[in-house]
Amino acid sequence: MPNYILPDFEVERRDDRCIRCRVCERQCANEVHSYDEENDVMLADELKCVGCHRCVALCPTRALKIVKYSGTFRENANWSNQSILEIYKQAESGGVLLSSMGTPNPYPVYFDKILINASQVTNPSIDPLREPMETRVFLGKRPQNIERDETGKLNNNLPPQLELSVPIMFSAMSYGSISYNAHESLARAATELGIYYNTGEGGLHEDFYKYGPNTIVQVASGRFGVHKGYLDVAAAIEIKMGQGAKPGIGGHLPGEKITEDVSRARMIPVGTDAISPAPHHDIYSIEDLRQLVYSLKEATEYKKPVIVKVAAVHNIAAIASGIARSGADIIAIDGFRGGTGAAPTRIRDNVGIPIELALASVDKRLRDEGIRGNVSLVVAGSIRNSADVVKAIALGADACYIGTAALIALGCHLCRTCHLGKCNWGIATQRPDLVKRLNPEIGYKRLVNLVTAWQHEIKELLGGMGINSIEALRGNRLMLRGVGLNEKELEILGIKHAGE
Amino acid sequence: MISKYVIIGGGVASTGCIEGIRKVDPSGGITLITAEPYLTYCRPLISYLLEGKTTLEKMLYRPESFYEKNGVRVMLATKSERIDPERKTVMLSDGTSIGYEKLLCATGSVPFVPPFEGLDTVKSKFSFLTLDDALELERAITPESRVFIVGAGLIGLKCAEGIHGRVGSITVCDLAPQVLASILDSDSANIVEETLQSHGINLILGDTVAKFEENVAILQSGASVEFDVLVLAVGVRPNVALVRDAGGKIGRGIIVDDTMLTSLPDVYAAGDCTESFDITSSSSRVLAILPNAYMQGECAGINMAEGYSSYANAVPMNSVGFFGLHIATAGTYTGELHEIRTPGCLKKLYVNEGRLVGFIIIGDTTRAGIYTSLIRNKTPLDEIDFELIKNYPSLMAFSGNSRLKMLGGVV
Amino acid sequence: MKRVYVNEKWCLGCRLCEYNCAFANSGEKDMVKALKGKKIYPRIRVDEHDGITFAVSCRHCEDPICVKSCIAGALSKEGDGMVKLDRTKCVGCLTCVLVCPYGAVVQDERGAALKCELCLTNTAGYPACVKGCPNAAIVYEERD
Repeated sequence: MPNYILPDFEVERRDDRCIRCRVCERQCANEVHSYDEENDVMLADELKCVGCHRCVALCPTRALKIVKYSGTFRENANWSNQSILEIYKQAESGGVLLSSMGTPNPYPVYFDKILINASQVTNPSIDPLREPMETRVFLGKRPQNIERDETGKLNNNLPPQLELSVPIMFSAMSYGSISYNAHESLARAATELGIYYNTGEGGLHEDFYKYGPNTIVQVASGRFGVHKGYLDVAAAIEIKMGQGAKPGIGGHLPGEKITEDVSRARMIPVGTDAISPAPHHDIYSIEDLRQLVYSLKEATEYKKPVIVKVAAVHNIAAIASGIARSGADIIAIDGFRGGTGAAPTRIRDNVGIPIELALASVDKRLRDEGIRGNVSLVVAGSIRNSADVVKAIALGADACYIGTAALIALGCHLCRTCHLGKCNWGIATQRPDLVKRLNPEIGYKRLVNLVTAWQHEIKELLGGMGINSIEALRGNRLMLRGVGLNEKELEILGIKHAGE
Repeated sequence: MISKYVIIGGGVASTGCIEGIRKVDPSGGITLITAEPYLTYCRPLISYLLEGKTTLEKMLYRPESFYEKNGVRVMLATKSERIDPERKTVMLSDGTSIGYEKLLCATGSVPFVPPFEGLDTVKSKFSFLTLDDALELERAITPESRVFIVGAGLIGLKCAEGIHGRVGSITVCDLAPQVLASILDSDSANIVEETLQSHGINLILGDTVAKFEENVAILQSGASVEFDVLVLAVGVRPNVALVRDAGGKIGRGIIVDDTMLTSLPDVYAAGDCTESFDITSSSSRVLAILPNAYMQGECAGINMAEGYSSYANAVPMNSVGFFGLHIATAGTYTGELHEIRTPGCLKKLYVNEGRLVGFIIIGDTTRAGIYTSLIRNKTPLDEIDFELIKNYPSLMAFSGNSRLKMLGGVV
Repeated sequence: MKRVYVNEKWCLGCRLCEYNCAFANSGEKDMVKALKGKKIYPRIRVDEHDGITFAVSCRHCEDPICVKSCIAGALSKEGDGMVKLDRTKCVGCLTCVLVCPYGAVVQDERGAALKCELCLTNTAGYPACVKGCPNAAIVYEERD
């Protein structure tokens, strides 16, 4: 049977720098490198290389380089190499193509076409090194009006809020799709930073109950790990209706990844597949959603905010409006660029809409209907840097979730082969010898560094705009201008074109 | 003249004693009396000196400044004649005497010279124990010399290695049917014999000298060996004379308790002149090895200064190499034998009552200390992975918790 | 005194510590020049079996038995300092190998003894194994 599949990468080794230390061989879970003792050379089987760069990062003499495979089919603007190879794969396997992480396809990235204002001359900048800058935000329902009692004293009718030191949280990534050590790093970083991380649909490992005050627990369609203790320990509860990377479908974690610990956290038997169905089988209307929201509030004595997470799809504005009336305190919208441990390739690449457009239309609709104060908005789906955060807030978000960015901080090199379970960085795997590679002592510090750095940058950008708090930035579309966007896009985003 | 601490003998045991005393008593006067004209040097290195692997200066066990820094008055080239345990004095050969509060007898070994017939007719004959022996031997040999060494123990073979390449021929003979009869079995000795022979050293085993006739040795078997230089390396005996004559209890060596105290009040003994309790054979033996001498000396010193120390886990052991072939041995060779042969290494481990009591390793002696530690600590072998450690000495054989204790803090 | 400690929970058995050690003690400025085509003699050794890995180097014991056993007086310890090996005095008898309970003494290219000296005597200045460990499994700190 001839081999139709071409390697994705070539391994280039500078032999004059290679000292035959064999660290690359020991550290590659895909068994790409090997040592030929007879000839005293290192060999590389490039077909197995996924481009994760573990060997490159660890080589003590920088002798390794991973490059794109230079072999190619005849040039074709319609049939790319990728499209041809995908057909070969499906002809061989008969299976659904799976992919990991967010879609890499060249759809427009609206964040890169939006520019931020700065103050000049009139309304001067604020110097963040000298003036206080408030990056703190509160997420939750705002009361409709101020109530006072007969003596005139303020009646505290504030629903439960989440306090964030900076408008960034760690997105939902389940224990099972990522490792114990990755969760520990996220939990510890969230605690130190004064923000939150999200358990995802894999339940909560008992070792992490102590980080409860900084944990958002998720109730997803499979209801994995949902029990009273789980709800009680958390700071907030998120009902997962959908996910940006794979809107409309459920999830599937293969049985090999359900280890002892994962099985306990999810409350399913070891080795069984963990299937999350597409809909919640008890939610078929907005009234059903409201029922679940209030069941969770009853179960937790109305002390914790309830978040509803949806994927950004065509009618997102109408959907959000419904959710805002369902009693949810926070709506989380996940754009189509969002990451995933594994999803069918066609769905990941073709379903959903960009978060920038979804956010802008949801914010506008809720304001128009006078219910913007019913909920806080949290957005996700490829927030890549502090400028994206600032732009998202200016478009109307209260805070952002970061998923992919957090994993990259932990060492992820975006090789997009998480679904194979051999993550060389100890993140998207359950193999103990690989999970070991992510030392939470190192991991949590890197996450703290990342968010702290972004916080400084946000302060600089705010100061530059002449604003001294996130609150004053929220929904402040006047601080944004578009560039290279057409009339329709500008209209949906609600911003003017640069120069206007 | 009175000195608080007096040490007779300038070997390594004396240094151990000085350092032991100073751990407890920083100022009490110490007098060191040695018959040799040298400060403490490493006796085992005399063969390496001939080989050129060390120098006279580097052979000093401690730097010259050590003695002044530690307040030690050194009397070189001074022989001690008698100990008077009642008056607590030591009489020296020049007639003077020194009084002591505490005394250490560290007189070491003396070579054992069997009364060979005709030995007095041999003109060029040497022992090989002291530095002077080695220097005299060096003066005597020429590139044509035929050297005949009687005794294929550690001393004899080391001497052979030391002069290898500098003389015409070397022949070693021993009454035992193998070399190194005191530390190896015949299997392992064979490997050593092959190595020696491949370097041109002639071995005559199972035979010894019947008589000498000037420069010919007539052996018991009737064979004869012509030689120019004779080295007698038959054995050594503990130098017990001083303590014996003073009325102290003697076995094969000076008998001491766990604190190195002899049967004479305030008189201690350490080193090759004593016999110690070997935990692997559960018997008293003379353990004439340098590590033992130092540790006994240190123990004696601490006790002499009224600290408290006991040395009760002595284990016979040896690490030596011949022409690149390494040998490591320890303990006693009784009990159940576990033998492992790999290319380049022969290993024999002896297990008695569930504990390692001895081993012989020829070839790759890497990490042998892990085995020695099992013997010294009397570790029950069912507490570790013995199958693993048999093949490969490693801390992996211990449990994770044990390793945490061993490697996780200050030891 | 600070010592090098390896946490077997995080040790990956990658052996970068061995190569960094060999490089730090080579006297060369470039790792390729120091190690290419040469057998390495690291003073820290990785042990590996059945999924467990850890590395062992000289513990700089408080009462070092190797110092008491060295027949050449080549090993010494000053106060609570590190255990030092004078390689010019060593004759390669390997008695220290025979007595070290940790198996921490290794052999150099001449067959003589060699052991960790905390990079205090070479140009690295700070333990190279600690610096180069990719998973913070090796630390350099004071413990009791």
